[in-house]
Amino acid sequence: MRILLVDDSKTMRNIQKSVLGQLGYTEIEEACDGQDALSKIGAFAPELLLVDWNMPNMDGLTFVKRFRANDKTTPIIMVTTESEKSRVIEAIKAGVNNYVVKPFTPDVLSQRINETLSKAAA
Amino acid sequence: MDPQFITPFITSIQNVFSTMLQLPVTIEEPRIKEGRQATYDVSGIIGMSGDVTGSIVLSFPSETAERLVALFVGMELASDTPDFADAIGELVNMVSGNAKAGFTGKNVSISCPSVIVGSDHNVSTGSDTPCVVIPCQTDCGQVAIEIAIRESTPAAAADSNAQAA
Repeated sequence: MRILLVDDSKTMRNIQKSVLGQLGYTEIEEACDGQDALSKIGAFAPELLLVDWNMPNMDGLTFVKRFRANDKTTPIIMVTTESEKSRVIEAIKAGVNNYVVKPFTPDVLSQRINETLSKAAA
Repeated sequence: MDPQFITPFITSIQNVFSTMLQLPVTIEEPRIKEGRQATYDVSGIIGMSGDVTGSIVLSFPSETAERLVALFVGMELASDTPDFADAIGELVNMVSGNAKAGFTGKNVSISCPSVIVGSDHNVSTGSDTPCVVIPCQTDCGQVAIEIAIRESTPAAAADSNAQAA
């Protein structure tokens, strides 16, 4: 499974990579913001995306809207500190499939990844 | 400063440190900051805009910051490396992002973090915004949250919210 991590923090990408590795996912590409992610999706063709919200150059919400203009089905999990209900609703309207609030435990991230992939496969 | 802007940071740092570092945080008596000098050697800084404007600083002694980063990333990092700054930035991002969710009824955005490493540096805030320092004690050493925020004027908030949208 090809997974794209979009987060401006290398620390956070490494934490997510570690959780994904424990789940057996090793085919991982990284992007440091929305623009970087858009430049990589063509060649990498991700099957799951984990996307931060607050990033320089292009934020996660803008990226999700651009991505969804061409791809309605590939699951996206927003992983962010933005925990207000209004933000969650905004993200879901933009096309996010699931939502993880930072800080998170590895168990919570694992659970959200598994449930998101199960729903996508159903 | 309105206490409604202080309490969320106390809850947030305890939540972030407990979840990501498995580290309890004991909160000590808040005080008003005098002068511009940062409390300690390493500062992670986040700006707030929208209905509330100003800045948040997480300030650490170098040794404490190095211990916390080692817990966070799982390895020791020198304080002059980009990865060290990235980890400090992510900590202040999580503490600020979680705290703003506690500002009931306020539409607030946070900036991407900046990090300063080096003793005796200054962090300037608006002269009309008092800075409240919350000293925190952990098993890795002292951390200070410096909160210099205030409610925006209606015109400034409308302008900021329009830019965010």
